[in-house]
Amino acid sequence: MRHDIVEKNVGLLAVLILVVISLGGLAEIVPLFFQKETTQPVDGLKPLSALELEGRDIYIREGCVGCHSQMIRPFRAETERYGHYSVAGEFVYDHPFLWGSKRTGPDLARVGGRYSDEWHRAHLYNPRDVVPESKMPNYPWLFERTLTGENTADKMRALRSLGVPYTDEQIANATKAVRGEQEITALVAYLQQLGTVLKDTR
Amino acid sequence: MSNLWGDSLSGFWSVWIIVITLGTIAFCWWVLFANRKTDKQPNEYGEVETTGHSADGIDEYDNPLPRWWFMLFIGTIVFSVGYLLLYPGLGNYKGLFGWTQENQWEKEVAHAQEQYAPIFAKYQETPIPELAQDAEAMRVAERIYLNNCAVCHGSNAQGGYGFPDHTDNDWLYGGTPEAITASIAEGRNGLMPAWQQLGEENLRNVAHYVLSLSDAEHDADLASQGEAIFTSACVACHGQDAKGIPAIGSANLTDDIWLYRQPGQPVLESVLETLRNGRNGHMPAQAAYIGEDKVHLVSAYIYSLSN
Repeated sequence: MRHDIVEKNVGLLAVLILVVISLGGLAEIVPLFFQKETTQPVDGLKPLSALELEGRDIYIREGCVGCHSQMIRPFRAETERYGHYSVAGEFVYDHPFLWGSKRTGPDLARVGGRYSDEWHRAHLYNPRDVVPESKMPNYPWLFERTLTGENTADKMRALRSLGVPYTDEQIANATKAVRGEQEITALVAYLQQLGTVLKDTR
Repeated sequence: MSNLWGDSLSGFWSVWIIVITLGTIAFCWWVLFANRKTDKQPNEYGEVETTGHSADGIDEYDNPLPRWWFMLFIGTIVFSVGYLLLYPGLGNYKGLFGWTQENQWEKEVAHAQEQYAPIFAKYQETPIPELAQDAEAMRVAERIYLNNCAVCHGSNAQGGYGFPDHTDNDWLYGGTPEAITASIAEGRNGLMPAWQQLGEENLRNVAHYVLSLSDAEHDADLASQGEAIFTSACVACHGQDAKGIPAIGSANLTDDIWLYRQPGQPVLESVLETLRNGRNGHMPAQAAYIGEDKVHLVSAYIYSLSN
């Protein structure tokens, strides 16, 4: 075999390596871009409201995704604890995805409606007030800081360019909807809608 | 739920996957055999063929892959072909086993249901007061409670700020077995409106009046000024006797139990806070999460704590 042709032409070697390492992605990932199951929202999925969207950004800012996943796998042990397994159509408006890969704390994919707003507020202020054995950090500053809403409309416009169907009206009212709200209110609003689109959750 | 999961690929993408997958396997096969050298023996001087690459006088041997290693590669190819026959991997081809993530999950759930459901179902017919006496049932129920309820009501069931205590015999929505079951299964939404519009002075008077109902420390003058407002604004929900109405979950104001009193907070302050901002207690419905059988058991557990 004439290995030396490939071994002595770095450009050719690079091209062939690229071809070889792309094959897996071409077979496993590319078809998903064209599959309804992954590109169409599940029935009833709505874009996050302005307040929930700001809450999501706080979720990202505080690094919640580092300890909490949002992805229930189709195993009984998980569906028993968290509810129906996650499906691709629930995440089509998520940019970026917050599936996470680390569960220091529980999965949050269906935490919406599970606890009361008051519980979330107490828990985020000091988790040990309600769960004595918790090792989650306190987030007291969420109660002091308020939202200005100055970037909310821009965020919605950016998401719309990625295919999230925000209406002009929602974008026009975005700032008004969040200005002056406590950060904790936004975060709890975000948490309370997580995974609530699939009604048959058990 | 199958429509959420099993949406098949269009024909083109199915073929695309099959071609890439089988093509890759065929390519690996070809690379292995095209490069396979028959075993070469050293020549009479004990030298073997080299690739001709030489660096600092060190030659690169051109020996064949050891047989065991070669066979391992062949083994991976045989495995992959077998796998692709049995499991879904080639586009829309379902595989001989007909395996899907979804049906594996359904089997797991059905199996668990068969195994564990009777454990909880066998208590379903037992009335709650009787069940509350059953030590074994209560051990089962305690587990369910700790897993689902303790996160708000505490592992000792004594509640906390805004979360009712189950160990006392004070009930917002009634303590009968039926009322407890309804609270757990369907949840509750408390609504104490905010009364800021009455003005701080009036609220202070009403607060002192509320304290007087339970003989807590209060200012009698202010309380008597608050009575009129209480009678016009508060009795509709809390009742003429201020003992609360279980049907709407309004609090009994004549006992010394203050759901929204923070640790160390004077009662007056907590009552004022409630009057100013209102309260929206929310107990999430649990039936959808844990099922009727477990609701029944937990109801009995809650009942047992105060009876």
